[in-house]
Amino acid sequence: MEKDEKTDEKAPPMILLDKVGKHYGNFRVLSGCSMQVAKGEVVVVCGPSGSGKSTLIKCVNGLEPFQEGEIFVNGVSVGAASTDLSKLRSHVGMVFQNFELFPHMTILENLTIAQIKVIKRDKAEAEQRAVELLHRVGLRIHATRFPGQLSGGQQQRVAIARALAMDPICMLFDEPTSALDPEMISEVLDVMTELAQDGMTMMCVTHEMGFAKRVAHRVAFIDQGEIVEDVSKDEFFDHPRSERAAQFLSRILHH
Amino acid sequence: MFGNFDFQAIVRGWHALIFEGLAFTLEVTFLAMIGGTILGTVLAMMRLSSIKPLAWFSGAYVNLLRSVPLVMVIFWFYFMAPYIGAWIIGAERPVQVGAFASALITFILFEACYYCEIMRAGIQSIPAGQANAGYALGFSYWQVMRLVILPQAFRNMLPVLLTQTIVLFQDVSLVYIISLPDFVTIASKIAQRDNRLVEMYLFVAVVYFALCLALSYVVRRLRARLTIIR
Repeated sequence: MEKDEKTDEKAPPMILLDKVGKHYGNFRVLSGCSMQVAKGEVVVVCGPSGSGKSTLIKCVNGLEPFQEGEIFVNGVSVGAASTDLSKLRSHVGMVFQNFELFPHMTILENLTIAQIKVIKRDKAEAEQRAVELLHRVGLRIHATRFPGQLSGGQQQRVAIARALAMDPICMLFDEPTSALDPEMISEVLDVMTELAQDGMTMMCVTHEMGFAKRVAHRVAFIDQGEIVEDVSKDEFFDHPRSERAAQFLSRILHH
Repeated sequence: MFGNFDFQAIVRGWHALIFEGLAFTLEVTFLAMIGGTILGTVLAMMRLSSIKPLAWFSGAYVNLLRSVPLVMVIFWFYFMAPYIGAWIIGAERPVQVGAFASALITFILFEACYYCEIMRAGIQSIPAGQANAGYALGFSYWQVMRLVILPQAFRNMLPVLLTQTIVLFQDVSLVYIISLPDFVTIASKIAQRDNRLVEMYLFVAVVYFALCLALSYVVRRLRARLTIIR
């Protein structure tokens, strides 16, 4: 906890949410959500289903609009009308629950298309970077295949590589293992763990408490659209402050 | 009726029928398919747009044209086009619009409605997550459409688009009413000149039947192949 506060003082946070609120008509999805992710920090966001955690992480890169509060990514306001959202998103990597690889492109094209079209790398350079990253996630031999020919776990590793190809300053993970068969979860978590150890700033919505215990610096617990706890990992698992977090933990850890 | 069926009538006329009549019909079909698909895709994007006036305009356009028989549209446009053209360029007198251009524009405008509905279904069949993945990589709306959504929508809808094209191929025969030299018109001219109605109309019907059957066979094969790929 002390260590975290020190890093906060040194540099402005990579991701800063300030009293973020969102509603659909009368239906409240998020209210007063404040949290931050410092540079190099790994924060796991967890909570019961329907609590708004997926919506929250989609607000961070502007995929979901929000009505109240502010979000800053590397000092840039996400909600401001003057912000070039495409530019902001191009260096915020995102990994989705359902992988969302482009099924009509080969794995290599999936990794190069945004490099070429968005940050204007030339094709050879983009391909070199893509092959490098495929090698890193252990899928180099699959470069010429199509996403449909790969297993779920392999597709998700490609999706992570696709995000990394843009040299992101931080990564958002939206339940990256929820759509996977149990035996494929670890291969994806291994890639994420490695990424965290390399110092990547990560905000992860996940139910993988083992991953949170091993890798996270802090855990934010969200319930009914409110961030109930935002504490260090050890504190969260050993002494959850709120009743709701304690209940959630007992349900998820002792089933 | 078939007692004095004269095969020679077909043998004498087939060259003009195929290389003038059918060629013309295929040309109009092909050009209207290309133009209609492009305009239809634009209309579909407008209809799904969050900008309300665009969505409204596209919806009104599609509903209006789909509620009018194609014969009426061809007829009306043929007589109105010179005045519409004059109005657009601000000329005093009606502009000369050839029958061919008039018919082609009519088919593009009319078929675009059907292609629009097909492409709309195609675009909506792509999960929202695909667009999100594109946006998350920094793509603009146009890049998401061009690189992610439309290629997939187009591939999913290819069999339906081609089926609509078969309908279009048959509909082109309606230019008969403005005397354009399509397959049916040429056949009817020969039929009346030689007094060989049965031979000519039978020949035309057989050719239409054979071509449409072959095309729908191709569509079926394509459908099977596309489902395997996906």
